[in-house]
Amino acid sequence: MSKLRDVITQTKDVVYTAEFPIIDGGGMEQVKKNVERLAPWFVAVNATDNTAAHAHASNVSVAIAMKQHGLEPIMQIVCRDKNRLAIQADMAGANLHGIENIALLTGDDVTAGDEPETRRVFDLDGPQAINVASILNAGTYLSGRKLNPAPNFFICSVENPFAPPHDYRIERVLKKHRAGAQMIQLQIGYYPERLEKFCAGVAATVPDLAIIPSVVLIKSAKPLSFMNDKVPGISVPQDVIDRVAQSTDQAEAAYHLALEQCQHALALPGVRGLHITDFRHDDTLERLMRDLGRTPNQYT
Amino acid sequence: MPKLLNLLLAVEHGMKKPVWDCTMCGQCVLHSTGMTCPMTCPKTLRNGPCGGVREDGHCEVKPEMRCVWVKAYDRKVSLPLPTVWKEHYNDLRPPVDMQLKGTSSWVNLITKRDQQTPAGWAKRQEETHSH
Ligand code: SF4
Repeated sequence: MSKLRDVITQTKDVVYTAEFPIIDGGGMEQVKKNVERLAPWFVAVNATDNTAAHAHASNVSVAIAMKQHGLEPIMQIVCRDKNRLAIQADMAGANLHGIENIALLTGDDVTAGDEPETRRVFDLDGPQAINVASILNAGTYLSGRKLNPAPNFFICSVENPFAPPHDYRIERVLKKHRAGAQMIQLQIGYYPERLEKFCAGVAATVPDLAIIPSVVLIKSAKPLSFMNDKVPGISVPQDVIDRVAQSTDQAEAAYHLALEQCQHALALPGVRGLHITDFRHDDTLERLMRDLGRTPNQYT
Repeated sequence: MPKLLNLLLAVEHGMKKPVWDCTMCGQCVLHSTGMTCPMTCPKTLRNGPCGGVREDGHCEVKPEMRCVWVKAYDRKVSLPLPTVWKEHYNDLRPPVDMQLKGTSSWVNLITKRDQQTPAGWAKRQEETHSH
């Protein structure tokens, strides 16, 4: 049973999702700590798949661990490291463990990570992987071989409306929707007018596709410059960096920037909720959620 | 017959390599992608650009190169290509069939071999196109 699907399709409640911190150490104790921190606020949380092209505990293993500790996962599958057999194996594995939310992504290139000498795979692309998830939902593998019981995936994906070619991003999301995606999380971005145009364009054609823009919690201007320089597909305008950098209290300025982004995004057509990436790891997450009118454990 | 096939292969490669940097994937989609070859994308994406395109429209992986899909979209919008080609721009193109690598896409077009997809994929396309 996917609570995420239920909240989106059966209620008008706002959907809050987050990123599960990568697991490199700390074992299950670390998983438990992360779950305790995130569970009160989020309906489901992304179990990432070698995020930013760095190796970590795997998507399937983290998704299972989250579920065991009572937090609903959105299990990501990235096309960079796995061919179509491995991708379908991840899907069948998720099905075996009762994981229903899966998110299919093309993924950053290997050159974004700490092992740039790696062979890049991209045997499928994002839209094809979404379509393969739909095929599994219909009870067969890509080959037509039966998979029984068939999964009941709630299929998610990601899009970056802030990267060129901007007009085409709408068409690309519509293609993902035709392939079977029901929810789209967006890349972090700092161009409100691009977001407005994208949401209006998507909602005009597929009003039932849940759009979930991302907002990141940071403490200073430094991560803004870092994202601008280093993270593929993220550009931060200089005046946004300056606004935080030139403030006497950078942490407070960064907080208000994030809060404004949340309020702006939530008012746009097609937007059903927000994806919060927390790089602060302090009590600001709770402050943000409360300022957005949330109280703990609202989804239960 | 094999001689003719080899000849066709040589002619196709000879024409497409200099213009499109053809990799002979054997299942050509140039007409539906604004006459820009998606196999020159470092991620070989056949269904549109990744999320990593740079602010200046250049490629995430090769900053010196314009993103293949930025080019394709510009051309689709501005080139006087046949309407049917443009209509196919947003088709969901199937995964590459690695068995066709190094064969002639012209021959595969005539024999319709390039339209064969795995049974699961074919069934889904049939179902999604019938309603
Ligand atoms: S930026 Fe464009 S050309 Fe480069 S990998 Fe992404 S889609 Fe391919």
